[in-house]
Amino acid sequence: MEIFNHNSNINFLGMRKYSIAIALVLMLTSIALIAIKGLNYGLDFTGGVSVVVDYDHPVQIAEVRAALAKGGLEHAVVQSLGGTREVSIRMQPKDDVDAMKAAGGKVNLDRISADVTRMLQVARPDARMKSRDYVGSEVGAELKSDGTVAAVFVILGIMAYLWIRFERRFAIAAVATEIHDVLVTLGIIALVQRDFDMTVLASVLAVIGYSINDKVVVFDRIRELFRLARKAEPEEILNRSINNTLSRTIITSLFTSITMGALYFFGGPVVRGFAVTMLIGIVVGTLSSIFVASPILLWLGVSKKDLMPVTRDNPELARRP
Amino acid sequence: MSDFPRWKYALVALMMVFGIVYALPNAFIPIPAVQVTANRGAPPIDTSVQQKVAAALAKQQIVAGEVRVLGDHLLATFANADIQKSGADAMKSALGDGYTVAFKLQSTVPGWLRAIGARSMPLGLDLQGGVHFLMQVDENDVIDKQESSYADDIRSLLRDKHIRYESVARNAVRGQGIAVILRSAEDRAKASDDIANEYAELNVSNGPTTGDRYVLNAVVKPEKLRALSLNTIKQNLGTLRNRINALGVSEPLIQQQGESRIVVELAGVQDPAEAKKLIGATATLQYRAGIGQPGDARAQEAARTGNIPPDANLYYMRGSHEPVLVSKRIIVTGNELTDAASGIDSQSGTPKVDVTLNAAGAKKMGDFTNANVGKPMAVVYVERVVDTKMVNGKEVRTPKITESVINDATIQSPFSRQFQTTGLGSPKEASELALLLKGGALAAPVDIVEERVIGPSLGQDNIDKGLKAVLLGLSLVLLAAALYYKLFGLVADIALFFNLVILVAVMSMIGVTLTMPGIAGIVLTLGMAIDANVLICERVREELRNGSTPHAAIRAGYEKAWSTILDANVTHLIAALALTTMGTGAIKGFGVTLMIGILTSLFTSVTLTHAFTALIHGHRKLKTLSV
Repeated sequence: MEIFNHNSNINFLGMRKYSIAIALVLMLTSIALIAIKGLNYGLDFTGGVSVVVDYDHPVQIAEVRAALAKGGLEHAVVQSLGGTREVSIRMQPKDDVDAMKAAGGKVNLDRISADVTRMLQVARPDARMKSRDYVGSEVGAELKSDGTVAAVFVILGIMAYLWIRFERRFAIAAVATEIHDVLVTLGIIALVQRDFDMTVLASVLAVIGYSINDKVVVFDRIRELFRLARKAEPEEILNRSINNTLSRTIITSLFTSITMGALYFFGGPVVRGFAVTMLIGIVVGTLSSIFVASPILLWLGVSKKDLMPVTRDNPELARRP
Repeated sequence: MSDFPRWKYALVALMMVFGIVYALPNAFIPIPAVQVTANRGAPPIDTSVQQKVAAALAKQQIVAGEVRVLGDHLLATFANADIQKSGADAMKSALGDGYTVAFKLQSTVPGWLRAIGARSMPLGLDLQGGVHFLMQVDENDVIDKQESSYADDIRSLLRDKHIRYESVARNAVRGQGIAVILRSAEDRAKASDDIANEYAELNVSNGPTTGDRYVLNAVVKPEKLRALSLNTIKQNLGTLRNRINALGVSEPLIQQQGESRIVVELAGVQDPAEAKKLIGATATLQYRAGIGQPGDARAQEAARTGNIPPDANLYYMRGSHEPVLVSKRIIVTGNELTDAASGIDSQSGTPKVDVTLNAAGAKKMGDFTNANVGKPMAVVYVERVVDTKMVNGKEVRTPKITESVINDATIQSPFSRQFQTTGLGSPKEASELALLLKGGALAAPVDIVEERVIGPSLGQDNIDKGLKAVLLGLSLVLLAAALYYKLFGLVADIALFFNLVILVAVMSMIGVTLTMPGIAGIVLTLGMAIDANVLICERVREELRNGSTPHAAIRAGYEKAWSTILDANVTHLIAALALTTMGTGAIKGFGVTLMIGILTSLFTSVTLTHAFTALIHGHRKLKTLSV
């Protein structure tokens, strides 16, 4: 079975003005979205208290909110965890004034969750606490900086590897595209205001790994074709490389998407954010491998000469008569 | 294809067998059990205890799987968690205080598998329920205590050296050290030398001079503060381990994280209140005049009859449980102790503990020891656990204090600021005593900065969902690959299946804790492992289209795809590596899984499929390939 025409010869480089322009617009929009709308940081980052409650019978979010407001917790964020019987309630410890007072200014998770359960059970006796979390704000702040450090580490590590294995221009093109992928993925998460928690952070870092995979496959083909070709017109070589690897690029994306889809639909609320982020990242990464990475490479001026196996000039030999 | 070497076939076969065997333990689901161990002083576990337990369970009509004595402990298994809980309650009330009754998940892995080191993956809290705490040392408190204590010491040092000073006080800003104000430049120079000589852990520098106020700043070196913070962590780890063992959790995780944090994970515990109570316990210590030796006739007599001399307390030695009489007179308390370190005494060669007191403590100790050479001195360790109970809707806090004697030694000669306790049984005993002394003296408060409580039903829910996602993701990819690449797809499917098996085997063998993010990592690995096969199959197709013979196409396909696969996987590995460096548990678990997955997939997708392809196509003349 073959879905793709193996003789495809689409002139991807011909559209480079448009594709790069679109990529730039997407990137800038993403930065704007992250700056203006912001990421909807989850408990892991903001710190606070979160409880998961499930009901024996279906419940409306509004119903839960009303019950909490009646008990004096107007600021609690109530979300459904998929299905109609399970909700998560997020709040800052200071919202529960009595509990803070009783614990002498320290956070008493047991007390707060007991309060929440009591408030909910007044309205609905079938409410039951399933889990409760407290995260200090300091821990959350640290996670943010750790995540940034990890992302920078990944990007620099990949750049160094490609620099050694390929060539400077490939390293730069890959990293520029990587940054685009991460920003656009984050931009989409900011746009739809999905919870940004620890698993989503892990997923964003995994997106970097996934999308570099894609770029390396195309780059490898570019290097191979440059070395084989006698007369190497860079634009033509790049186009041929993208076309030759096109079927692989898309099939792999599809296969990975299938597994992430399974994770999204069956893995439960804990990993749903992870799967969604990965799916966004796969789409962005695949498109940028096809439309963005190679034009940057061309623009940086890649040529056959740079890719031939290195035969180092030996100064010792040169000095000899 | 004859160019596939025989040793590689052997390797592939070996890895497949290894994968199956070491992944197998995970198929044996552990059963809920209750473990009973005898506390110190209680009669050991034997058949009489077993009968007692069996009778108690029978009386309440609780059905146990089996009740067995296994060496020093007793184990009773139950059909489910509910019965386990009521069983444990019945056993607790039947056995009384002498025994610790703990929940446990008893492995059902057969003996022959365990004998070769095969075991199932431990499950993270998100998969089995329990409580998680992250605790942090209050570093400000460490600084406060240190600076105040050094201020006292400097004052008495200056008095001893007859240097006149105007004031010695902590700077207003925490961490900025102690400001010593002197009357003249000469005094300042002298004081500076004396302080620097006496306290190497202080940085001494001249401050601004205004009129006749000559300022000298003494700042505690950051290394010293860091060492103290690390020490606090170490003490807390030790004391937490002891205390949590008493809680009856079979496999607690108590671990240092970073420089100032401790992670505690207690699987199966649903009520964190008890655990928190123990974590929040504080310890102090008192040096007191001793009366007689531990376990001597008077102490035995007092313990038996309950007639305790009015000026004494009856305590028990920690460890040996011998009764000992100790005077009520307190010489020095833990607050006055600045350091305790274990080592080996150069004269006798026996383990020792060096103790340093502050100025106030030194004076009291000097006065006491001068008058009491040859008499015993005891160290009393006081632990205070606050029990919070809700009575009529109000919180009632009742402190529970336990006191024990950790050391009772004879005073050989008068001493004051620095002294040593020698004649300890072993280096381990010495380091434990040093830890206890510090624990009772310098312990900085530890705050809970993160707390997670995961219900058991949520854990089971997560396991079910995770398993479903893995199996469904796997079967969809298997199906898609077989459809798209036909025979080569089927070979890739075998590889993918064994990738999962070997990945699980390696994770089990290393003992990686399986968590929900880890499961996400497994699913992602499955999705990406197929990439190598896609690369190979596309190459083979390409070679065929270019007119290669089937055998040549296979050979060229594997050869040419290899460098691409390697580059792609190395870059991916770099990304996974970065994930593992993140301190946080969840992300780390994901990263570790991803990393192992990349390595195993490199083997299964390339070597394993190559072996199968060679096996299928090797000795036949081929006209076409099913790819």
